Amino acid sequence: MNWFSFITATSFMPVPATKESGDVDNLYIFLLVSGLISFIILIGGMVIFIFKYRRKTEDQKSAYITHNTLAEFLWSFIPFVIMMIIFAWGWSVFHDLRRVGEKGDVEVHVTARQWAWTFKYANDIEINSPTDKKLVENDPDSTLLKPEIVVVPVGKTIRFILTSDDVLHSFYVPAFRNKMDAVPGRRTTFTFTPIEKGDFTVFCTEYCGTKHSNMMATIRVVDGEQFAAWQAEKIAANAGANNKGPAERGEALFKGSLGCSGCHSIDGSRIVGPSFKGLYGNKRDFADGSSVVADDAYIKQSILVPTAKIVAGFPPAMSSFQGRIKEEEIKDIIEFIKTLK
Amino acid sequence: MAHEQHNYLNHQKGIWSWLTTLDHKRIGIMYFIAIMSFFFLGGVFALLVRAELFTPGKTLFSADVYNRMMTYHGAIMVFMVIVPGIPAIFGNFVLPIMIGAKDVAFPRLNLMSWYMLMIGAAITGSTLFLENVDTGWTFYTPYSSIKTGLGVIPMVLGVFIIGFSSILTGLNFIVTTHKLRAPGMTMNRIPLMVWALYSTAILQVLATPVLAITLLLLIAEKTLGVGIFDPQLGGDPVLFQHFFWFYSHPAVYIMILPAMGVISELVATYSRKIIFGYTAIAYSSLAIAGVSFLVWGHHMFVSGQSEFAGILFSFITMLVGVPTAIKLFNWIATMYKGSIRLDAPMLFAIGFMFLFTIGGLTGVYLASTGMDVHFHDTYFVVAHFHYVMVGGTLMALMGALIYWFPKVTGKIYSDLTGRISWVFIFSGFNVTFFPQFILGNMGMPRRYYDYLPTFTELNQMSTFGSWLIGTGFLVGLFGVIYALLKGKEAGNNPFGGKTLEWTIPSPPPHENFDKTPVLTGGPYEYR
Repeated sequence: MNWFSFITATSFMPVPATKESGDVDNLYIFLLVSGLISFIILIGGMVIFIFKYRRKTEDQKSAYITHNTLAEFLWSFIPFVIMMIIFAWGWSVFHDLRRVGEKGDVEVHVTARQWAWTFKYANDIEINSPTDKKLVENDPDSTLLKPEIVVVPVGKTIRFILTSDDVLHSFYVPAFRNKMDAVPGRRTTFTFTPIEKGDFTVFCTEYCGTKHSNMMATIRVVDGEQFAAWQAEKIAANAGANNKGPAERGEALFKGSLGCSGCHSIDGSRIVGPSFKGLYGNKRDFADGSSVVADDAYIKQSILVPTAKIVAGFPPAMSSFQGRIKEEEIKDIIEFIKTLK
Repeated sequence: MAHEQHNYLNHQKGIWSWLTTLDHKRIGIMYFIAIMSFFFLGGVFALLVRAELFTPGKTLFSADVYNRMMTYHGAIMVFMVIVPGIPAIFGNFVLPIMIGAKDVAFPRLNLMSWYMLMIGAAITGSTLFLENVDTGWTFYTPYSSIKTGLGVIPMVLGVFIIGFSSILTGLNFIVTTHKLRAPGMTMNRIPLMVWALYSTAILQVLATPVLAITLLLLIAEKTLGVGIFDPQLGGDPVLFQHFFWFYSHPAVYIMILPAMGVISELVATYSRKIIFGYTAIAYSSLAIAGVSFLVWGHHMFVSGQSEFAGILFSFITMLVGVPTAIKLFNWIATMYKGSIRLDAPMLFAIGFMFLFTIGGLTGVYLASTGMDVHFHDTYFVVAHFHYVMVGGTLMALMGALIYWFPKVTGKIYSDLTGRISWVFIFSGFNVTFFPQFILGNMGMPRRYYDYLPTFTELNQMSTFGSWLIGTGFLVGLFGVIYALLKGKEAGNNPFGGKTLEWTIPSPPPHENFDKTPVLTGGPYEYR
């Protein structure tokens, strides 16, 4: 397809970073060029007729042409053939993007939830995104949070196995030209073979509520050794985390795999849910007018049955963590919340 | 003399005579007032949505408020403006006259359709004050069923009732077209506007009940906890998408087929030429109506449905492109060796063809599975369907308004005002929506409250364009008021139209025809 390269048709596309994305771009160039030619024929013809057959005198007559079988056959048949080419080409590209059932060299379980992605590698490395830091730190109006980095090796087949904990989300990496919905109760796959090293942004493209636009992650493609080193570092950090105190473990859960920081701040600012700053031991007012002093039992109930008590002024947006959190983890979180004076 | 004439406007007097009227022409005007009010509201939401997107981060509103405005913009424009728009307003007014009938087949049902639209709109609109909805106009489960407030229930209940209005109008048009044609008016002699409305009516009657059932199931799940769509209750969230798009894809053609009917009329009249390929245009409407039932899965290429389903839906979707292309070719061929006048309605027809061609061609990108995976749910899609639906339907609506205005009111709509309005709307559309194709290329997803700084300039261009469109429609509205107050007397046939509505006085008498017309030829015999 190099004969097309003088046309920078894909100049607005992100760098094609996977083996499959180049094929998508070739199809795109064909679509753009054939579409442009069709547009010029149709609209060009129309514009020529407007000027050539403009009514110059009020009694100007028009030709009486009711139909033309040959012309009508051709302008039905030719578009049909072109569309069949586009269909077949699209099918072949689609088949390469999907690769149903093919196992990857690296497999990662990805769980979507309002409003973060959790990536879990086979060796228990877990990355949760986004972080609780602002993406544009000096902009007070920015609502985007910094995406956490997920590392994969270049040149290998990577398979992400997607599911969702709550509503529909969609996993989209523009540079990979690939996208797949994360559906609650189902597993779908997102397979790709990276050929470019670098950082690539993941977006959520299925509308999922308040912070839909903020559900980002970064996929960092590195070479094999760097990937191995990153894994080793993460495994060591995991081992270190087990030796930490309960409050530190709670903090890791809060910011990490449980993703609490997506909705609850620890500095008093409002995100989606109420802030945890100064929560423990202080009074909470609820939407139904009642109130309670936040203690262990209240926090545990809020994690397991979030709809039981709704803090005044906040939506009942949280889903239950029943079955997703262990008893010790709840204790660690409570210990962490106690430190937030 | 025209002043003393007895016509449908002075046949009876008083607001009550309007609210209880059985005259299709008066009902058409009542639809016009109602739908234009909804259009104004939906337009204000559009301008607010674009204003929020002027800068990344928070510009005016919080994310929740933005999501609600985005939802109301979509729901109002789709269910209350573009779907009922042309059929309910202009279909009601011109369809019976065009086939030589005194009224529609079921005048009481016609009035009831209007009231159902009003009741549905009131219930849906009440959620603006009770509990705002933030689901997007598609109401996808399980977000709509478990993750957002109870406002969804009155919202979809209102849409359900509006759907019934649509079904009843469709039913009425089908029976009217079959039973009330004047002597000599065979099916192959009815104007193309009538063919378009007839095809639309078939879609309305067959597809809308599916939406109605889907929305009832959603309400059942939300209120009674019946597990249909929510996986936590054993339901399937993708099932909702199948049901929803089984209606909403044909609905796209409910929106665009009447617009195509309008364009056929405008091109013939302003080229003063027999329409090229009458049969092809007429039957391609039916073909589009038929095939459009089998393509809903192209909204779901990345939903988790099987690869095979994706390929099959892609194939059938490509087939819809052919009758659509045929129509465009026929209109352009009609202009060949014509006697063309570029009055405002013709400018809108040309604008329609320009925008619809871009919308149609980019539709091919999205129908192709491998390409759609990249563009799905990005701004490319937003640009595509606005080019088709807004650029197409609203261009035709404006063209129809100026074209039939003299027939409806007896006054001429100022051509200059129409042209100024066209310049703003046409250029505004392109400035607003063309940058969105590029945003889609870059990968900006749709329904985003906030975006990366790299998307800023194109979003600003788009917001600027939205102001141009807004100005254009305000000019159009000014034109209506000006023409009503100061418009020149129109006469029976100011534009040299050949269809039956141009043979009767403007405004038409109460029962349209003094003497039932007898047809001896086709509708566009310019010789």
